[in-house]
Amino acid sequence: MSQLPRPPQLTACPVCHEPLEPGDNFCGGCGADLSAPPPGERFPAPSGTPAAAPGRRAAGRPGPPPGADASVPDPRAFGGVPAQSAHGALAGRGDRPRPDGGRSPLPAANGTGRTCGACRSGMIDKDGYCEHCGHAPRERDHMEHQLPGVAAVSDRGLRHHRNEDAYAVSTVPLADGGPATVAVVSDGVSSATRPDEASAAACAAARETLVTALPRGTDPRQATHDAIVRAAEAVTSLAAPPPPANEPRQHETHRQENAPACTIVTAVVTGDLLTVGWIGDSRAYWVPEDRATQPARLTEDDSWAAQMVAAGLLSEAEAYADERAHAITGWLGADAYEVDPHTASFHPDRKGVVIVCTDGLWNYAESAERMAEITPPDARSHPLECARRLLAHALDGGGHDNVTVAVLPFPLPPEGAGSA
Amino acid sequence: MANFAKPGVPRFAVEVYQNAHLPEGGREVNAIVTVTATGGGTTGETPLVPHQSPVGVAARPAAPAAGVVVMVDCSGSMEYPPTKMRNARDATAAAIDTLRDGVAFAVVAGTHQAKEAYPGGGRLAVADATTRHQAKEALRKLTPGGGTAIGTWLRLADRLFASSDVSIRHGILLTDGRNEHEEPEALRTTLNACAGRFTCDARGVGTDWEVKEVTGIASALLGTADIVADPAGLAADFTRMMESTMGKEVADVALRLWTPQGAEVRYVKQVAPSVEELTGRRVESGPRTGDYPTGSWGDESRDYHVCVRVPSAAVGEEMLAARVSLVLPAPDGGPAQVLSQGLVRAVWTADPAVSTSINPQVAHYTGQAELARVIQQGLDLRRSGDVDGATAKLGRAVQLASRSGNEDTAKLLAKVVDVVDAATGTVRLKAKVSAEAQMTLETRSTKTVRVKK
Repeated sequence: MSQLPRPPQLTACPVCHEPLEPGDNFCGGCGADLSAPPPGERFPAPSGTPAAAPGRRAAGRPGPPPGADASVPDPRAFGGVPAQSAHGALAGRGDRPRPDGGRSPLPAANGTGRTCGACRSGMIDKDGYCEHCGHAPRERDHMEHQLPGVAAVSDRGLRHHRNEDAYAVSTVPLADGGPATVAVVSDGVSSATRPDEASAAACAAARETLVTALPRGTDPRQATHDAIVRAAEAVTSLAAPPPPANEPRQHETHRQENAPACTIVTAVVTGDLLTVGWIGDSRAYWVPEDRATQPARLTEDDSWAAQMVAAGLLSEAEAYADERAHAITGWLGADAYEVDPHTASFHPDRKGVVIVCTDGLWNYAESAERMAEITPPDARSHPLECARRLLAHALDGGGHDNVTVAVLPFPLPPEGAGSA
Repeated sequence: MANFAKPGVPRFAVEVYQNAHLPEGGREVNAIVTVTATGGGTTGETPLVPHQSPVGVAARPAAPAAGVVVMVDCSGSMEYPPTKMRNARDATAAAIDTLRDGVAFAVVAGTHQAKEAYPGGGRLAVADATTRHQAKEALRKLTPGGGTAIGTWLRLADRLFASSDVSIRHGILLTDGRNEHEEPEALRTTLNACAGRFTCDARGVGTDWEVKEVTGIASALLGTADIVADPAGLAADFTRMMESTMGKEVADVALRLWTPQGAEVRYVKQVAPSVEELTGRRVESGPRTGDYPTGSWGDESRDYHVCVRVPSAAVGEEMLAARVSLVLPAPDGGPAQVLSQGLVRAVWTADPAVSTSINPQVAHYTGQAELARVIQQGLDLRRSGDVDGATAKLGRAVQLASRSGNEDTAKLLAKVVDVVDAATGTVRLKAKVSAEAQMTLETRSTKTVRVKK
């Protein structure tokens, strides 16, 4: 894989939708920084500021939240092939100084031409380091999977030092012989401890529940509900064991209230039925192939801004301009108030794709119309390419957060016609 | 580690000793790189007529062609005492006896000008019983008289090497006095011109020569420097030097250093068997890559201290701070042959216990480099009459030599200072110090010992 394809330049501010001129570095309306960060700011330390209740995350200013969330999957859980295979265990790296500096050669590392996730200009060499900036990529920095009927991409983005997003994708046969496709996306809460573990655990648990329940004929909406409850249990159980000794910024007194936490959003396509479920502010969008028809956002955020708008207290623009906009009011984790999975089912009457994503993407295309605009016209036939294009859009916009996108074509492609 | 060396070229092994862990915000990465060359196959005889292989080093004959030029000081001062010239002749003869058959050689008689003592005609002789005998006969005709202009000797040696296509080119230079009949600038220019064209060991005989001149020649030409205070010791020393030269199997090896974008190479030094600053000798060889000359190698091991400042990264990140490789340039200017490589890493951690520990090798050689530096500074201060300054520096030297087990240097220091307490570095300057003791200490101050394992 070489450089990601580059979509056209931003035409509107991702924060306030003010139209932009080519070459703008800052939004003329709200002043949001539109440019890629200078190299020195590439790895800002997480703010670690716990948000005051009810919000979990403190957003310091309008726009993409600094020190926000991300997610990561366990690659072993997926049927696809990682675009970047890791050359070492995520944990324990660096604990084994090797006198000869020798790194065991990885089967997948011989000139597969992986691009460095840190500087995005060098390639990873045979020793597992970027030939340009020397960084060792971590497996979650950039991941891709493609199955017939679903594709997903997750990326660390440009500002965060690790990817705390996660996803899981599957296809399973239903009792009636037809296929079902499953996508789970999760965004770890950065102000909590081990958000990367939280999102990975949530995705694994939800996926496992769905691929077990759906073939048994469980109603997709019930299966989705159960999957989210299972995911919540999995994340909650992470709080129990003491953190690893090398966990940075661990405050003993905050352990419980800073328990690992994450969002979740699931999408299941079964025959002509589309089912989504979520907690938090990760989203699902419907983008029809015929762009003359209306796209739609399928989820309602558990966030301060969404609550203000729903209660009629603020307009959408006012709510999202507030620094508390991105504070989430629902999440998975030991300190969650209650786990109340939202689920919804749809019977789309036309062809299209479901975009399942974290706010690392939708911060740069908030409305369903904007999401439809940046979705390639051939998304249904090339879901992985679509996911990459959407990622590239977020990175070009500044990549302030981890970015995760899953794309599910609807209806499912006929058997054996999976896009390759 | 993969071994890239072909038969005929020694196998190079690279080991890296470092603490890869940096604290948050940490940028400086230190590593000791141990390079060991083994098994070049020196048993075969060098072909009489060395031929340049068209396919490069891979097809080089098992024992590569070597050439040696011995430069003997024949200035007027060599006559006082007369034993000096006689010992120099004997030493050169002993060295010639050590030459393997087939090695190309010449003898240069050096005064304020350079003359070919043997074989003459602007070329090198090929060693066999006849030429060795002829060369020794020619040595008898060497008579002292004239001045000293070392640059002219080196330039003649360079021309002689250029007349041949030997791959290993080594000089042995003997002087007993100062380079009085040549501007220092002229010698510097000559050294710059000859650097990389041949290597050269330099020896000062007696105590009337200038330490910094002799060490400067050896340093520039990647050879050794030493004092032979008693001319009677010359023959043994020349024999050792020649044996070492005969053991060389591959020339022009470079230490190649890759560093990541935004990194700065603070320094690269050889630290064993002696301290040799290489930082300023970098030649850019590619993007973010530079080559440092190391000269020729036999079966031997050397240590290098590499210090790099890398851009800081977040806790948990890992970076390749440097890739150190030994490379052999291709004769046709093509891509260099990589003999071996090692990786210097940086890993950022929030655990201070991990990031603050200093690797024992790095600590040891940091001390050895300081030892060489404080000896030099102490002797300079002593010469300028600063007793307190000299006492402090040489006291520190005694402490470092004692702590690191550098017994040879400790013994030399004890001839210059009275050691009251080696552990604390308490010393008194000796009132009378022989020129020999002082020059020996200065010449050998860069000698290091390896870490006790």
